Amino acid sequence: MKIHEYQAKELFRKYKIPVPDGYVAFSVEAAKIIARQLGGFPVVIKAQVHAGGRGKGGGVKIAKSMDEVAKFSRAILGMTLITPQTGTEGRLVKKLLVERALPIEKELYLSILSDRATAKIVIMASVSGGIDIEELAAKAPEEIIKVYIDPLLGIQAYHIRQVAFGLNLPSAVIKQFTGMLKNLYRLFVDYDCLLLEINPLVITAEETVAAIDAKIEIDSNSLFRHKDIMEYRDIDEEDPLEVEASKFNLSYINLDGNVGNIVNGAGLAMATMDLIKIAGAEPANFMDVGGGATAEMVENGLRIILKDKRVKVVLINIFGGILRCDVFAKGIVQAAKKTGINVPVVVRMEGTNVEEGRRILAKSGLNLVTAEDLKDATQKVARLVKGEE
Amino acid sequence: MSIFVNRDTRLLVQGITGREGRFHTRQCIAYGTNVVAGVTPGKGGRKMDDVPVFNTVCTAVEKTGANASMIFVPPPFAADAIMEAADAGIEIIVAITEGIPVSDMMKVKNFMLNKKSRLIGPNCPGIITPGECKIGIMPGSIHRPGGPVGVISRSGTLTYEVVHQLSRHGLGQTTCLGIGGDPVVGTSFIECLDAFEKDTETGGIVIVGEIGGAEEEEASEFVRKNVTKPVVGFVAGLTAPRGRRMGHAGAIVSGGSGTAQGKVAAMRESGIHVCENLGTIGEFCAEVFSEI
Repeated sequence: MKIHEYQAKELFRKYKIPVPDGYVAFSVEAAKIIARQLGGFPVVIKAQVHAGGRGKGGGVKIAKSMDEVAKFSRAILGMTLITPQTGTEGRLVKKLLVERALPIEKELYLSILSDRATAKIVIMASVSGGIDIEELAAKAPEEIIKVYIDPLLGIQAYHIRQVAFGLNLPSAVIKQFTGMLKNLYRLFVDYDCLLLEINPLVITAEETVAAIDAKIEIDSNSLFRHKDIMEYRDIDEEDPLEVEASKFNLSYINLDGNVGNIVNGAGLAMATMDLIKIAGAEPANFMDVGGGATAEMVENGLRIILKDKRVKVVLINIFGGILRCDVFAKGIVQAAKKTGINVPVVVRMEGTNVEEGRRILAKSGLNLVTAEDLKDATQKVARLVKGEE
Repeated sequence: MSIFVNRDTRLLVQGITGREGRFHTRQCIAYGTNVVAGVTPGKGGRKMDDVPVFNTVCTAVEKTGANASMIFVPPPFAADAIMEAADAGIEIIVAITEGIPVSDMMKVKNFMLNKKSRLIGPNCPGIITPGECKIGIMPGSIHRPGGPVGVISRSGTLTYEVVHQLSRHGLGQTTCLGIGGDPVVGTSFIECLDAFEKDTETGGIVIVGEIGGAEEEEASEFVRKNVTKPVVGFVAGLTAPRGRRMGHAGAIVSGGSGTAQGKVAAMRESGIHVCENLGTIGEFCAEVFSEI
């Protein structure tokens, strides 16, 4: 789960990690009030969306006067921000972070993440701050300091020394940096973060360190023990159909194609999307109704997929095994009647009583095309997309 | 022969009295698995059908000689259950549970470095040696005993699809297992490949991968260096968008890494026979494995 920069900075303050003074604003008026309270210029106006690269898209501006605060806030609020991470559709900006601009001496990169390959927590740092770390990793991996920490042991003083001396920090800031990194690690562990990134971390002209950016991704599987983080969820940052699907425990991702699909199991769902491509079409979505698919889940799934007007054909692919296909087929027929299907639906199912299941679908009189197996299903989808059936 | 489990496996089920645990324990028993014990804290002394239930894994092992465990414990308590099983000396721990926090699994993984137990999963369908022992939630009926194919995968229903097609083409399986769809799992593709290479009855191996991480790339490198048997590869997620988690917690293309295209290329370079169309993987395997 991603959270906004201003929310991440709230957590930083809670953990005594230095951040510039600032507040979130939902209107131009509020932005001006905050700028006045900050009591001096320049101030930074930053678009709050769940995507990086905001500066490149014009979502970050430095205002040197109250007029500029008003001008930039008006320009950014309500804009569709397009960054390298948003895709061409961009993101609508509904919130701003207004904060004091600091006199920057030096920009550094600092992050903590979980490394899946080693099952260790990794601190990554670099003297090149403000850059894209993945680009740096590809171009000059030797410039990235990596320190691996056993999660059972936790962070030790020598880990911090490796980072601090690796960054060539001036001696005046080492003590402050040490305390900050300890607290950052504590925040990472306390909140089950997958990623905690400060890019850039700055050394100011007054020889202090401060996080002028903050990015946190929290493990969605850990939210049962972080009720406070649940309040940070921002529905505005999510696709409305995806929000609706999540209410029915459907794992759904809205895509640009024309063939909708409902599948049980994530791996099979991805492979089914690939088959749609082989059939000469593009998948309109990813949808996993879970290993134990029920007719009710398929009904909700079908309803959500058919809301996407680009969908020309739907492919339902259920590998039940233990599931009884006759019961399931009855469910699909009921769901199709209730939802009112206006596009052809190809159904491929496997499991106990599959013959009886196919008979039920064929007799239903609905626009349901049964497929014998995946090969057959792919061919039928291909023909329907081309309008041959 | 087979890998990791066989007819001598004595299974214990952690979370046996829950709805899922009970249902799948019965399915495993019906398949012929020797289920010797169950564990649910606070319900020791009872029975689930004919299976005695204990409060702790330790006592269950002492009283029944269980040497494998299947875990159906909910996510908040699953890491604890895995560590309990490892501490009790269980040899094969199969964690079915989906949704365990990554931080919990990282602790478990480091904890198990000094243990002799093998963890399969979590977030996996389990492991089956057809005709001998089924530990997990896969439908037993689609499998065909006697080998010669070993199947390794990261997912559930996708594996069933592959196995189903293998069986229909007359290709039986020695052992099939899902290593799990989470970012941090107990057993890697490499450890399975190594075991299948050493297993005399396994003549060919199918490896079913998906986007995310670098496991498939590492497995390809291992195949190139150490595997003499023919290997068929499949990777799901060629059409997956970047930066989105595709159902499985571990299935995500981040930046330029973890793409299906990259994995397919790595497999090809290592001499793995890559099948691109899931609908024809049965025929594809029949062709590649025709010499076995």
